[in-house]
Amino acid sequence: MTDITAPSVTFADPDRMAALRRRRYAADLRLRFYGIAAICTAIGLLGILVTTLVIGGYSAFTQTHIRVAFDISEDLVDRGDPAQGRWRTVVSDAIEEMFTGVEGADMRAAGQILTNNTQFIVRDAVLRNPGVIGSTLVLEIPAADPYDQLNKGVINRDLPESRRRLNDGQIALWDVLVEQGRVSRPFNWALFFNADSRFPELAGLAGAITGSFYALLVCFVISFPVGIAAAVYLEEFAPRNRLTDIVEVNINNLAAVPSIVFGLLGLAVFLQTFGLPRSAPLVGGLVLALMTLPTIIIVTRASLKAVPPSIREAALGMGASRHQVIMHHVLPLALPGILTGTIIGLAQALGETAPLLLIGMNAFITSPPGGVMEASTALPTQIFIWADSPERGFVARTSAGILVLLGFLITMNAVAIFLRQHLQRTW
Amino acid sequence: MLGYLVLAIIVFSLAAFYVGRSAGNRFVAVEGAATHSLPGYHGAFVAIWVGVPALVLVLLWLLFQETVIDGLLLAGLPAGAIDGLSAAQTRLLLSEIKNVAGGRMFGTPSEMVLEAAQTYLRWQGIAGWAMIVVAVAIMLIGGFLAYTRLAPRFRARHGVERFVTAFMIFCSAAAILTTLGIIVSLVYESLQFFAMVPAHEFFFGLNWEPQIPIRDDQVAGAGAFGAVPVFLGTLLIATIAMIIAIPVGIFSAIYLVEYADKNVRNFIKPILEILAGVPTVVYGFFAVLTVAPAIRQAGNLLGLSTSPNSALAAGLVMGIMVIPFISSLSDDALRAVPRSLRDGSLAMGATRGETITKVLVPAALPGIMGGVLLAFSRAIGETMIVVMAAGLIATMTINPLDSVTTVTVQIVTLLIGDTAFDSPKTLAAFALGLVLFVVTLCLNVVALTIVRKYREQYD
Repeated sequence: MTDITAPSVTFADPDRMAALRRRRYAADLRLRFYGIAAICTAIGLLGILVTTLVIGGYSAFTQTHIRVAFDISEDLVDRGDPAQGRWRTVVSDAIEEMFTGVEGADMRAAGQILTNNTQFIVRDAVLRNPGVIGSTLVLEIPAADPYDQLNKGVINRDLPESRRRLNDGQIALWDVLVEQGRVSRPFNWALFFNADSRFPELAGLAGAITGSFYALLVCFVISFPVGIAAAVYLEEFAPRNRLTDIVEVNINNLAAVPSIVFGLLGLAVFLQTFGLPRSAPLVGGLVLALMTLPTIIIVTRASLKAVPPSIREAALGMGASRHQVIMHHVLPLALPGILTGTIIGLAQALGETAPLLLIGMNAFITSPPGGVMEASTALPTQIFIWADSPERGFVARTSAGILVLLGFLITMNAVAIFLRQHLQRTW
Repeated sequence: MLGYLVLAIIVFSLAAFYVGRSAGNRFVAVEGAATHSLPGYHGAFVAIWVGVPALVLVLLWLLFQETVIDGLLLAGLPAGAIDGLSAAQTRLLLSEIKNVAGGRMFGTPSEMVLEAAQTYLRWQGIAGWAMIVVAVAIMLIGGFLAYTRLAPRFRARHGVERFVTAFMIFCSAAAILTTLGIIVSLVYESLQFFAMVPAHEFFFGLNWEPQIPIRDDQVAGAGAFGAVPVFLGTLLIATIAMIIAIPVGIFSAIYLVEYADKNVRNFIKPILEILAGVPTVVYGFFAVLTVAPAIRQAGNLLGLSTSPNSALAAGLVMGIMVIPFISSLSDDALRAVPRSLRDGSLAMGATRGETITKVLVPAALPGIMGGVLLAFSRAIGETMIVVMAAGLIATMTINPLDSVTTVTVQIVTLLIGDTAFDSPKTLAAFALGLVLFVVTLCLNVVALTIVRKYREQYD
């Protein structure tokens, strides 16, 4: 493998030698340059990825709101039974009041500036505070998606009318609101506290975050104890024979099985055979647990190996049983390493999408799940749903959702790194 | 109700632990050092006998309750009600009954269904209470038996340790069970598929149109299950990915191992690892939103007809994703080459570049190959990028600007929405999954063997 053939040159010729040397150094420099170019390519691509996400997503962290005064008259809303009030009329009255003198088609367009669910927002506000019946209620109502885009500058006013999503009349109506000082753009709390919605201005991640939390909880509750127990047995107790060899090879291969195959397993076994509910975080957590298990086993074995034999020998010498040596001494010392690996494994599980698609966690669900058996989405599948939605507002929501997901991943990895640096002992 | 039961089991076990431990304390007080086990082990022994059988019972009960009740329901239906119904229709009837029982009515259910729903609710109530009664009984019996065995010379620790060992063996078997579960479910559904579609048509057919109707009222294609275009598309996209990832991965590994000083290396390496930690759905979104339009525009500028979801876009982004796999395994392989080879070459007057290309890379080649194979298997099995960025229609082409589909895309599209486990459309996904599993497994086994052999060579 090291057949460096001597170049057939006359050693006496200094010019040719110098030329050869230059060529060789140039080759060395070229290789170094290729290396730098490769690294710059990789980091540059990562940079482009992050930049497009941030540029695309930051606008979704604010939401255009319009301050509207609703006249909650007793004619429309009965004090005894406010839930059955004529909320649609309350809303249209308020809109008419904002646009005095606007008629016909323009009035209909004005009705679409506020989000489609305005009547329910008003109803819920009044139900929370029935005292306002008979007086005026001022609320900040989210603007519908096109007007939100207009306010954020995504819709370009300079384009010809035919290529804009809002025509001149609609923009004029909007400018009336701006002149009245009703428009504001506060932080978009709805992104975190609302569940999914067909309307981008109302859609949020609450359902997805709750679903992901439940799924990860199930995943942790199963994979952490099972993974540690399996690793302790294989590392400390198992006899070295064919069977344990097979188990080892099997675990290494399981770690490299494509995630979608785990989805197929979940679909065929958990949904089809055991009849567990579709879209439930329980099933998602089970599938993720099976995927995380090899990671935890491998990490735990490495941490157990790192504990020096002197500890084991000292404990055995003091008369501890083998179980006591492991439970009282080796495992506590290995725990920081195990925790680090587990958190990294859970972070991977949090970002996993494909198996969740197959067990139906990509459904359209408008309320956060109340438990592990209720249908739900997860963060990555929510991102997938939004990425597939045609409304323009969902593009920014998708990027924002990705930023939230990346935020969770960065936090988890930071915790893992912190644990590794501050708790792990090196001998 | 289930939550309360689990809570009750936990409370009972804790109580049993304290009872057992106080018995152990008594033994120590009376017998002193002659007691075999520490008091805590007496407590744990009783707690295990109280909690574990009850938990196992509850789990098994939950697994089989639904099946048993279904059987009872069907048996209780009026004679002739399910004669002549297919398995799918029977399932439909059962789910209608359960929907009615849960208060979700669609239209007016028949008298029979209403009655069955009543029966279903009654059975469920009985089953719930029976489970609680049986679980409590098992806990009391277990606790009593265990407690009566406690004595100063009783080897409680051995009992506990035997249980812990058994638990650990069971957990180790979980990994094997997972693999078995994968193989059995894939093979079982695939066999059903091959009973409907001949295997040679699947493996050698050139036409893939799986969107056949599941229900009678659906409009869909006629159905053709020749998977060659799907395999070809998968290979095309994975190959594009490798064309991007192999040079970038290997050259960055070479630079980091041989040229970069320690600080640069410690800074760059984690950044490269980030690429592997980004969720694939993010890459998919990136491919759709940024890369595909860019490629389309570039293609239009050059006068090439480019599909909006070209193989190139998906392959390129997938290439970014697998860079860290190649670079970190090449990194390991290069670092494992013994110092003596490097020093020998440098001492002969070779430049660093010559040492790398003529000594280190040949010596590390098996390790690098292992990394490339692992990355290739990763690229074949990758799902989200292609689901979002590649096409749905299987075309026989190797033009990277055309739209192709892959195995994983087909699995997802076939299984999202209606699934019926007696339709070749659903089962085809499992056949594709089996092919994917076998191919990636072979690649992984070969790659891991190469890497391990190579490590031993220099250790």
